[in-house]
Amino acid sequence: MAVLELTNISKHFGAIQAVNDVSFSLEAGQVVGLMGDNGAGKSTLVKMIAGNFRPSHGTMKLDGADLVLHRPKEARQHGIEIVHQDLALCNNLTAAANVFLGRELRRGVWPLRILDYRSMYKRAGEIFRELKSETRARDLVKQMSGGQRQAVAIARTMLSEAKIVLMDEPTAAISVRQVAEVLNLIRQLRDRGIVVVLISHRMPDVFSVADRVIVMRRGRKVADKQIAASSPEEVTGLITGAIEQV
Amino acid sequence: MAISLDQTIEQKQRSWFAGIMSGQTFWVLIAVILACIFLSMATDSFATAKNIYNITRNVTFVAIIALGMTLVIITGGIDLSVGSVLCLCSMVLAVVMNAGYSIEIGIAASIGTALLVGAFNGTLIAYLGFPPFVVTLGMLSVARSLAMVASNNTVVFQFGPDHDKLLALGGGAWLFGIANPVLYMVVLALLTGFVLRWTKFGRYVFAIGGNEHAATLTGVPVARIKVIVYMISALSAGVAGIIQTGWLGAVTTNIGAGMELQVIAAAVIGGANLAGGVGTAFGALIGAALIEIIRNSLGLLGINAFWQGSFIGGAIVLAVLFDRIRNLRHGE
Repeated sequence: MAVLELTNISKHFGAIQAVNDVSFSLEAGQVVGLMGDNGAGKSTLVKMIAGNFRPSHGTMKLDGADLVLHRPKEARQHGIEIVHQDLALCNNLTAAANVFLGRELRRGVWPLRILDYRSMYKRAGEIFRELKSETRARDLVKQMSGGQRQAVAIARTMLSEAKIVLMDEPTAAISVRQVAEVLNLIRQLRDRGIVVVLISHRMPDVFSVADRVIVMRRGRKVADKQIAASSPEEVTGLITGAIEQV
Repeated sequence: MAISLDQTIEQKQRSWFAGIMSGQTFWVLIAVILACIFLSMATDSFATAKNIYNITRNVTFVAIIALGMTLVIITGGIDLSVGSVLCLCSMVLAVVMNAGYSIEIGIAASIGTALLVGAFNGTLIAYLGFPPFVVTLGMLSVARSLAMVASNNTVVFQFGPDHDKLLALGGGAWLFGIANPVLYMVVLALLTGFVLRWTKFGRYVFAIGGNEHAATLTGVPVARIKVIVYMISALSAGVAGIIQTGWLGAVTTNIGAGMELQVIAAAVIGGANLAGGVGTAFGALIGAALIEIIRNSLGLLGINAFWQGSFIGGAIVLAVLFDRIRNLRHGE
């Protein structure tokens, strides 16, 4: 059964049609590569699933039930997690503070509910260990390497039992060794039955980890097929428009 | 010897003490302490009970507003209207009490005015995307003008039936001979420090200053927090206004003129970063204290008062210079 089902989704900003009549469904335990050139509508599409934007038209269904999101918090309550392209990190806060940003753990009784630093450090430390990352929960993000920053952003998605993890260009700005780490992590998420949507420009990453590829061009979906049945050459052609549609 | 991953993770990045040592606030505190020691030895009049009483009381008005200002600055904003808001709130209190109402009603009206002004500033900034500088610059003008309208630009020094209560509130010393304003300042500073360190609200204030976009993406109610922050800033000005009214025993329409610059100076000397994301309640107090000690000492040392501005300006630049040097060393 489909975990997430998009039907005729469109989004326009004034006169600009960012996403135009896109439909697809995502199944559990699948890694789906979402590809397309800059401005193809990938990020807009993902932001609608993550609750940052509301679709202008069309419907989304999660586990068969209608899904209407007003803010990112609601998406997370439904088990939809996102790793933003710019990682959405606050440099002036610690790794743990960033991991728990927007869903801080607290202790005590109302009205004296105070931040539970100890539990947040502990849980963040556990997640970093699980990710096999040399990230320390108490360090300021300001002082971290690209890979550590990536780990902090990914750690957020592991706070709760996610159904869908959306990753916006997770391998764009990190070293080769770190790319391998991130791809391994994606496989770990998949093995837990999580749907991973991987938005990427990097053909090798998508072809090594994804089961399926969806290609967008100028707001429209131009391809949706199994990785095994496609090739980097075909996908490149679809992205650039050399191949119209498949 | 090999160090395992777990050991690396477990090792605290820096000790509590090292964290304190590296802060700008620490060095300003050292400067304050050294200045006090120097002045105690160089003059007979500094370390007297009367002078200490004066200094601590004079510090409070700037310090209380600097607490609110620090919150605003941490979010990456600025509030230029605090001096005028102080004036407006003092005047509302004075006019209401002068008309024969009780002190409770006077204070309620004054605080209500502050919250309204703050909500107005905050709404324009957070929901309509106005630059904080512009909105609060406008309010700087509007609030003082309203104070003049409310009082017909007269001096109010009769506060109706509760006249004595108001003067005791601001001018008394109910606990161990410590001036009341100082007590209020300490309580408000502890409260601000607690909120910043231990509450979700405080965490969000820092997050907005660090990366507003990230805060929005992770579901922090950015606009709401910003409105509250400007309300707190105006409230701190209102509270300072009420206390100052009780202390002075009279309100004119020019009290608090130019105070916003002293308040911002105190916050910045105390370590708040105008770029956002950094600042402490303790720093605001220390910054205000340094400014007041400079002012006080120039008088005691017999230095021409015209030099005051130069010394305070020098302190602002010097305090931030320490921070810059540290960042350069870290190869920022």
